This record gives sequence, structure tokens and C-alpha cells, in this order.
Amino acid sequence: MSAFSAIGDDREIDRDEFTPGIEPQATWCPGCGDFGVLKALKQAMPEVGRNPDEVALFTGIGCSGKLNSYFNSYGFHTIHGRSLPVARAAKLANPELEVIAAGGDGDGYGIGGNHLIHTARENHDMTYIVFNNEIFGLTKGQTSPTSPKGHKSKTQPHGSAKSPIRPLSQSLNAGATYVARTAAVNPNQAKEIIAEAIEHDGFAHIDFLTQCPTWNKDAKHYVPYTDVQQSDDYDFDVSDRKEAAEMMRQTEEKLYEGEVLTGRMYVEDARPSYGEEKRQIGEMPDEPLAERYFDEDAEWERTYDKLLQHHK
Amino acid sequence: MTDNELIWRIAGGSGDGIDSTSQNFAKALMRSGLHVFTHRHYPSRIRGGHTYVEVRAKDEPVQSRGDGYNFLLALGDSFARNPQEEAYYGKEELKPLYENFDDLREGGVLLYDEGLLDQEDVDETDLEAAAEENGWHVVPMDLRGIAKEHGREIMRNTAGIGATAAILDIGTEEFEELIKQNMSGDMQEANLNVLQDAYDAAAELDIDHDIEVPESSHEEEQVILSGSNAISYGALDEGCRFISGYPMTPWTDVFTIMSQHLPEFGGISEQVEDEIAAAALALGASHAGVKAMSGSSGGGFALMSEPLGLAEMTETPLVLVEAMRAGPSTGMPTKPEQADLEHVLYTSQGDSARVVFAPANIRECYTQTRAAFRIAYEYQIPAIVVYDQKIQGELRNLPASHFDEEPNADPGSVLTEDEIQDAAHHSSGKFQRFLHEPEDGSNVSPRSVPGQKDGRYLATGNEHNPSGHISEDPQNRIAQMNRRLGKLDDIRADLDENASHQTYYGPEDADYGILVWGSQQDTVFEAVDRLNENGHSVKALGVSDMMPYPVEAVSEWLDSVDEALVVEMNATAQFRGLTQKEIGKYGDKLSSLLKYNGNPFEPAEIVDGFESSINGEDLAASNMKFLPAAGD
Ligand SMILES: Cc1ncc(C[n+]2csc(CCOP(=O)(O)OP(=O)(O)O)c2C)c(N)n1
Ligand code: SF4
Repeated sequence: MSAFSAIGDDREIDRDEFTPGIEPQATWCPGCGDFGVLKALKQAMPEVGRNPDEVALFTGIGCSGKLNSYFNSYGFHTIHGRSLPVARAAKLANPELEVIAAGGDGDGYGIGGNHLIHTARENHDMTYIVFNNEIFGLTKGQTSPTSPKGHKSKTQPHGSAKSPIRPLSQSLNAGATYVARTAAVNPNQAKEIIAEAIEHDGFAHIDFLTQCPTWNKDAKHYVPYTDVQQSDDYDFDVSDRKEAAEMMRQTEEKLYEGEVLTGRMYVEDARPSYGEEKRQIGEMPDEPLAERYFDEDAEWERTYDKLLQHHK
Repeated sequence: MTDNELIWRIAGGSGDGIDSTSQNFAKALMRSGLHVFTHRHYPSRIRGGHTYVEVRAKDEPVQSRGDGYNFLLALGDSFARNPQEEAYYGKEELKPLYENFDDLREGGVLLYDEGLLDQEDVDETDLEAAAEENGWHVVPMDLRGIAKEHGREIMRNTAGIGATAAILDIGTEEFEELIKQNMSGDMQEANLNVLQDAYDAAAELDIDHDIEVPESSHEEEQVILSGSNAISYGALDEGCRFISGYPMTPWTDVFTIMSQHLPEFGGISEQVEDEIAAAALALGASHAGVKAMSGSSGGGFALMSEPLGLAEMTETPLVLVEAMRAGPSTGMPTKPEQADLEHVLYTSQGDSARVVFAPANIRECYTQTRAAFRIAYEYQIPAIVVYDQKIQGELRNLPASHFDEEPNADPGSVLTEDEIQDAAHHSSGKFQRFLHEPEDGSNVSPRSVPGQKDGRYLATGNEHNPSGHISEDPQNRIAQMNRRLGKLDDIRADLDENASHQTYYGPEDADYGILVWGSQQDTVFEAVDRLNENGHSVKALGVSDMMPYPVEAVSEWLDSVDEALVVEMNATAQFRGLTQKEIGKYGDKLSSLLKYNGNPFEPAEIVDGFESSINGEDLAASNMKFLPAAGD
């Protein structure tokens, strides 16, 4: 019997299994977009057929980081900006786990920006959901990397002189193989995109537009949005890097002009995930490494037998 | 000065093959039956500059570098031939020759490559006068010429070895054997010819010196390796199969060795974007059930402070290596210092519970890395192995049987799925991962690993209740803090019982003591022998457990001496401070001998320092500092 018998269990999964019975109202404000992510994530799980014990959810710090308090799986609420490196290693250690990381725009695009670039570049097989509310929520409303230029806050009283970061373009450039934007106000699309991202074999980055009615009154949910995949006006090939880049440029500009375009922006299926590449060059074992520690028949080599010869 | 020993120094520019040549020299001497020890000195430069390695060989185990040396092989710096640099730095290529004059003992041999160094320039260095004054035997030889004749100029080092062998009359057999083992084809043949030619040429010179190379044989099979090798092998034998890192001198050594070997052991190595990520990855792998480690040196370790605290709070096992170099900030990248002690003990926010071991030599690098893994995984706590640039690179022989230990792949206090079924669960379905009072009466609560059935829990850096849910409840807070911190007492008891890492040296009833930690320990031991020979009554205690501190053992030992001198390689007496803090007394009994110029102590310096301290004299040498007792 496998030491991780929860993995590969193919019974019907009910989304309620992902509800731990602890109420998010405890920490999230009424009307917060984070509820939408939680709901979409729970709805996506039965579609991908993963049960709570085989899912490992890694979050950062912020209101968004509380996600795994309300989602019943293995959870790791890490530190500000660092969910990705912790998650990456868990996936390498046990590639059979379903690894999902999540956090806010400050968390993922600010303090954790470097990790996002490298995780995308390496194309780790995992899903990263960024709750983009264009504000620092938990620390009470400071300007974030996605706040629009001119945004005023207590720490930028004269209005920010910085242009917002372009997270989708950045991830595409860095090497992510699945890039999408969705919004809490579009639950069906959100659920579908999350399910698709989880099933994608490679790094999937979802910029999830949420609203923070407490600190960001200009939240995007007041604005009508368009699903680019369903609109004939935005016909492009999601697997074509060039067309996708152009589409992302447009959507990221329009986002700040008041038109919200959501949907899949780039999907590349051919590139092997990082773990696969590592396995191919002989830098990663075929079987999940974590299993070996629970396998009574596993043989553990001694350095004495193997390496000490060089030193004689 | 000790007789009957060879201390051979090879000096050249970085890139001249000084390292590999000295390694082979040391190995050859070991194979011939001697005990060897190497000391490395190099600048923070990739090519050129003055670098040297000393190989000390005796017929008994060698504890440290010696005082000075008695044979210099000066290859000259072949990378210093740039006229622009010459205008700026002077004649750089000569540095490996004339910068080594100070420590060459009376009657020593000085062999240099006149093929590289212009005789005219050499004359300008007043070599002749110095040689006369010190009774040195100066041997200019065209090593470059010999090398070129049979192969290529870079084989100058092989020529140097051949000439050394002739002058010391130690034969070339072992060197030939090594060349045959390490090379093949034309390279092998050329090197063998260079070796023999240089040997013959030097033998003809018939130099009459009185360096006696001792003869000996080993009772047991020996191996020669560095502290970084020993740490890496300790980790591998303990089942470590994941490493993540970012290069920084001198930590890079362990990272490289592990990266080279992990794939063949079925493990994974990851070079990542920075040290925060490095520690975070090791943490993530450990969380997912793999034995993992990371590490760095001063500045990089500073970045690991947050993941380290996260490991403490989430009770995730984690092993970190901190290879110290001189600070603050980037300090002196290639020079040893023991000044990161407080950094590793106290970095990261909050009241912290972590384990810190400071191995004193290569032997301990292996055993204590193993202990660090065992403790980290059994007690679910981060463990740090702190050592320094000195042990990192020095080579030393020890019996191969020291490594003949069974591997331990046990992931520690992790439950099986059956055990999880029987364990307590929260009404939300979550497994009670952080029980206030674990059933076995210990402070270690049961752990599950993602993917195990019904083992779901939340690991969080926030304070949390038994199932991992975030909680600021005061009673819960106290219970969790007490349990986490309580592990240190359990670990102290465990170490006392199973693996005392403290080393006692010298006569038990001695009046004076020298207290020491880490890489300076064995040098102190050598000094203790000499002090007792000089009629003093001295013993030493080398302490390796920094946290939890062995309060009882050190108190008892301090009670048994009138006074103690604490020897360490930093300017602020960090280890003495730790001792006083942990024990809470002895302020009037402890004084310090400190050195922080980038070079480790030599035994004679400790002898001098000790003698001036008990005579109440000022230190004659300006490269050390004396810090008197501070009172209780
Ligand atoms: C190293 C570090 N710096 C700062 C903080 C304080 N901090 C907590 S949450 C947060 C910002 C969160 O903003 P965002 O990521 O946008 O998430 P949101 O709360 O909006 O969901 C900051 C700065 C911290 N916890 N750690
Ligand atoms: S502060 Fe904003 S982001 Fe945080 S819970 Fe409230 S609404 Fe949501």
C-alpha cells in the first residue's frame, strides 16, 4: 500500500468536502472579492477530481492569504511573498500532490515578484492564483503594484507616480505556459479557468480580479467586463505567443481605461513542466521522492560505500 | 618549535593549480603513512593574487596548522604579467615568493621557479640578505622550462612536486600513482616525465638541509577530506535528499558537493533565485516529507531569517548550514571568522527555539551534521550547523572507519496513515497537528505529510490552535509557546544522554582552563600540550553545542579551574558572552583572547596569549586582542 493512499483516489468528489466549517466572515469584510475566489476554487475541485487530502494549498500573507483557513485541504500559510518557493519544493518532493499557491497582488507582484518570475521561467507544474484587488488589504489600504498611476493612499498622499505592473505580460515573458485573468464577478468563468489551470501541466498563473470594498472604492466590479474567449471582437489564437502577447498588452491597458477583459490569454501545452525536464536530464527520480521515506523496502546508500573511495 | 615535522607551503596565483597540487601532495604523504593537515589562504580573486596552501605532516595525528613552515615552493603568479597592472600593483608575479618570507623557519628551504620570475627582479627583493640571516637554502629552478619541455607550461606544479620530492628525499612513487589514477593518455605521460625530470634535476643539486620528514605507517585505512565533504556526507548518510541554495563563499562548497552527488543518490538539488527562496524550498520539501537542507554564509543567511522563523513556528524540520566568513556585510569573503554566532543563535523575530551545533573539526562535521538531522526530524525544529571558512576548506586525514556508519532515512516523528486514523481530529475534519499536550508526554506533537489520508492540517506562521487554525487565544498561546520552547530542554537531555558534543582535553586536575568553540578547538589543544610542557597546568574544553547550551557540563568544568581564557576568532567575544548569558555567572573568571585579522590562530599565538594573560602582561603581538574579565 502506498504511504500516500489519499493520492489517486478516484471516487466522486463533493465540493462540500472542501469546506472546513469555519466561517470566512470572521476575517473577510462583507462584499470582499475573496469570497468569490474561495467559491470558485471549491467548485473547481470536483471537476478536476482531486480530494482534499491530495491537495496542498500554499498561501502568502494578506487578506488573501487567509484562503486556506476556509479551504479544507493540506494548507500552508507561509510568509509574505514566499508561497511560491515553498510550494515549488513540495511539488518536486512529491509530484503527485496537486499544488496550488495563492496570495495578493502585494504579496505576489511586490515582495514576491522575484519568485514569480523564476517560478514562471522554470514552468513548475502548479497553479498560482493572485487575488488582484489593486490594494494592500490587510495592512489597511496602501498603494500596491497594481494600483493605477496617480492612486492616492496614506503612504502615497500625492498620488503614485508609478505605472502599474503588467502581471500577465510579465508572466508570459518569464515563461509561464498558462496565463489567464478572471474575476470574482464572473463565477462560471472563474471556476472553469481554475479547473483548467489545475489540469494544465506546467505553471498556470491566474490574475484573479477581486474587489476590496473597504479600501479600494474604485474596485473593478462596478465595471462591465468581457470574456475574450466568448467575444467575436477579440479573436486570437491562445497558443500563439505573439498574438497572446498583443492581447495581453491590450487587456492590461484597457483594464485601467475601464474596460475589463478576462479569459484565457495564453495556453502552451507542448513544453514539458520543470519536474519533467529535470527527470529527463537525470536530476530527479522517477518515483516521488517523498514516498521513499515511507517505503520499508527502499535501499539507502551509504557515502562510505560510494564516495569515500575518492578520498583514500 | 616542534621538530620532526614537515610543513610544506606552496604559493602561487589563484588559478596556478595550487589547490589541486597541495591536495595531491597531502594525499601522497598520507598514503606513505603520515598524518596530514592542510591550511588554505586565498584572496577574493578568481585569477592571480597571492594564494598559498600549507601541508603539515607528522607521524602522529595533526591537530592544526603549525607555526610557520619549513619548505616553500614558490611558483610565482603566472597571471600577473599585465603591464598595466604592474604599474599599479608592482611586480605581482613575485608576491608568492616575497610575501612568504615572514613565516619561513630558520634553516628552511625556499624553492622557486626561476623560469617564471626574472632573476633581476628577484635580486631586488633582498632575498639574499634574508636567506643569509635565516640560514635558508635558496633553490632557484627552471620549473617552467622543465614543464614546457615535456608538456605544457601549466605542469609547473608537477615539476615543483618532483623537485620537492628530491630535495626532501621522499621518492616519487606515491605521486606517480596519483598521476596514473587521475590522468590518462598524453596528459599522464607528460606529467610523469615532468615529475621525473624535475626530480632528477633537483637531486643533482644535492641540497644539504636538516628538515627530516618523519616516517610512519597507519594501523587503519585512512581517508583525507575537507569539512565540507564531511558535512555533505553526514547529510547524505542521514537520508538528506533535497538541497536548495544560492552560491556564497564559503557555503558554496557544501552546495556544490551535494549538487554533484544528490542525483546519483536519487535526490534533488535546486539552485534558486536567492537565499529566501533557498530556505523556503528546503522548508517546502521537508513539509512534503523529504529530508532537506539549505544553507549560506553571513549575508545569505540573513535573508533566511524569515523562513527559519517559519520553520520554528510551523514545527517543520529543517537543517541549515552557516559557513562563516569575516563580516560585517560582505566583509572578507575568503577569510575565516567566528563572528556569526549571535547571528545564527538569535536571528529571526520572536522567542526562538532552534538547535545550533558548531563542529570543531572534520570528524565532528560528519557526526554533528548527522545529529542535526536526527534532532531536527525527531523534534520538528530547525537545526543549524555553523562552521567557518577554515574548516570548510582544510583537509585532514582520519580513519575511513569513522564513516562506516549505517544510514538513517527515518523521517522522524511522522505518523503512518494508520496512526493518523487513530489520532485526534478537529470538528472541521482537520488532524490535530499541534496538540498542546502530546500523548507521549513529550513536547513533540504528531505530524502528518500532505497526501496522507485524513492528515489534513494547516501549517501557519501565525499562532495557531491544535488543528492549525489561526488563534490569538491567550491560553492557547501560552500552551503552544511553552511546548515549542520546551523542546530545547528535551533536546539538551537527549544530547547529554546520547551524543555529548563537548570535548575535554588535558590533565583533569589542571588549574587553568581554555574554553573554545568551533574551528579553533584543535589548535587550542595543541597549545595546551605545549603549555603543559612549559610547566603550566592547563586543560581545555571545546564546546560544540551552542543551543541548547550544555549548561551543566560547562559549569562543572568552570568550577574546577581557577580561571579560564576563552579563545575565539572575533572581536566582540561572542562565545564568552553566550557562556555568561546561559550560565548566568563566571563573569569574573573568564577573559578572552581574540583574533579577527582574517587568519586563524596559530598554536604559538595561543601559548603567547595565555602566558601574557596569566602574567598580567600586555600582548606583544598586535594581531590579537585581550579582553579582561568583566566581573559578575
Ligand atoms: C516581510 C513582511 N513585510 C510586511 C508585512 C506586512 N503585510 C502583511 S499583508 C501585507 C500586504 C498585503 O497586500 P496584498 O498582498 O495585496 O493582499 P490583500 O491583503 O490585499 O489580500 C503586508 C505589507 C509582512 N507580514 N511581512
Ligand atoms: S480589507 Fe479588503 S481585501 Fe481585506 S477582507 Fe476586507 S475587503 Fe477583503
